[in-house]
Amino acid sequence: MPELPSWMLVVSLFAQTEEAAAVDTVPVETHPLINLAYLLAAVLFIFTFKFLSHPRTATRGNILGVLGMLIAVGATLAMPGIINTGYITIAIGLGLGAAIGAGLALKIEMTAMPQMVGLLNGFGGGASFLVAGANLHENLKASDASLLTPWNQSILATGLSGLIGGVTLAGSLIAFAKLQEIQAFRKPISFPAHQAFNAILALLALICVLGLGANPSWFVLYWALILLAGILGIMLTLPIGGADMPVVICLLNSYSGLAAAATGFVLRNNALVISGSLVGASGLILTKIMCKAMNRSLPNVLFGVMAADDGGASADDVYEGKVKSAGPEELAMIFDGARRVVVVPGYGMAVAQAQHAVRDLMNLLESRDAEVLFGIHPVAGRMPGHMNVLLAEAEIPYEKMIEMDAINPTFPETDIVLVIGANDVVNPVARTDPKSPIAGMPILEVDKARNVIVVKRSLSPGFAGIPNPLFAADNTLMYFGDGKKAILDLVSAIKES
Amino acid sequence: MNEFVAYLTVFVLAMWVGIEVITKVPPSLHTPLTSGSNAVSGITILGAMISAGAMVTIWTTTLGFLATVLATVNVVGGFLVTYRMLQMFRKRG
Repeated sequence: MPELPSWMLVVSLFAQTEEAAAVDTVPVETHPLINLAYLLAAVLFIFTFKFLSHPRTATRGNILGVLGMLIAVGATLAMPGIINTGYITIAIGLGLGAAIGAGLALKIEMTAMPQMVGLLNGFGGGASFLVAGANLHENLKASDASLLTPWNQSILATGLSGLIGGVTLAGSLIAFAKLQEIQAFRKPISFPAHQAFNAILALLALICVLGLGANPSWFVLYWALILLAGILGIMLTLPIGGADMPVVICLLNSYSGLAAAATGFVLRNNALVISGSLVGASGLILTKIMCKAMNRSLPNVLFGVMAADDGGASADDVYEGKVKSAGPEELAMIFDGARRVVVVPGYGMAVAQAQHAVRDLMNLLESRDAEVLFGIHPVAGRMPGHMNVLLAEAEIPYEKMIEMDAINPTFPETDIVLVIGANDVVNPVARTDPKSPIAGMPILEVDKARNVIVVKRSLSPGFAGIPNPLFAADNTLMYFGDGKKAILDLVSAIKES
Repeated sequence: MNEFVAYLTVFVLAMWVGIEVITKVPPSLHTPLTSGSNAVSGITILGAMISAGAMVTIWTTTLGFLATVLATVNVVGGFLVTYRMLQMFRKRG
């Protein structure tokens, strides 16, 4: 390429659009300036994730991400062959998408964040396989026959994009339905020979990928593949229970990135390859963290059913005659001399809308010179980090939210632990009974604190379906009632005492 | 084949960078991380716009248009909801 001043390169971009208008195929060679813009966008995305390492810099990272996306979109619109023909279609698509996206983002309740992420995962997968499909049909119309060479990179990546994208879209919609607690999807659903059926589906999908690779012009195979992948996505997600949804959300997040990366291989577009692999990596890391927090392997989450309660202590054995309960006045007396209080919230707190009441309790105790901290289990809430968002919304400062590994050694010096809406993540059985379904799961060791107060409606078990000896422990007082009302009553009782 | 290896190289290296960078995100920011990565995976918007704008056939334009809508929902919704969450962390943090 001859040496040209940069302004001339820009001018030449516009000059090329005239010629491109006559050709009805997509330009295969992308202009180097556009590729440089894509590189810049990819670097900005890396900074987006890097700045998320601290809340102080995180907003800056988010803005850099927006900037990266604007640069990438702007560069694409400057590409010859687009702006002069289909800009109205593009503008309507962008406008419609932006309106829906903004509406969702501004209206969504923080408790419903997992549903929002689930939906966006699905849309990402859907967009990826639609683009790969569109590209396939464009190649069929193109005059350049080399685009349809068997086993070329683009056609194999098209198959992969269709497979991953189809599974992601359909799986995400089922995950959304489960998180939204739509009645028909609430319970894990499985059929006889479910795994065998899934294996056959996967095999058929793979045959479609290979068939398309051998005969790129057989586009029907691509849409058959999308159908199979969709059914596979549904069948894979249906049997997964509510407690495992955080893992599924992370995994589908990863898939949506991998689908974008596969589409990058289709279009020979590094912006898609890099961004997609960043998202793929992010989802994989979160999936690993979630599995570790539940002490389960990924295959166990995806294909296994949680072990049934075999021979573990029954609820009557554990609770009979040992559970002590107390009312707000009695509890207020315990809080009277407390210096260090740790609140352990679970998703139940958010369901009861008790976050703001808990914040009032925190402010009251702090005004009496007690230290109040929050102990957060990695699977508290319904997706990674969900509890932190719910607490932040209630204006509980970031520094007071302490990770499990950091807070656990401090429980013996803690006067009061207030467990609200959490159950399995504070069950000492995980430590003591190797036969328990939650054996080995890392827990918040609240039983080591001087006093434990558990706010709960009843003694009903958590997701794991096993009784919790913590409720019957000598240092535990049960405070039965609705989370929000219970905390408000406690606050007024402490004020009066 | 060489071309494929070139893209595979980029893919593997970017994955590596992703793992290095994202491991350092604290658990308290994992929800904004997920929604932010939703926005970034909306990068397919590039391919979507190319297909929507190229006007090869009505079918490819329709596919491209639908993809543009979905990817834009991801980009705009993802970045905006992440911003909303991060503002809450900043309020008193």
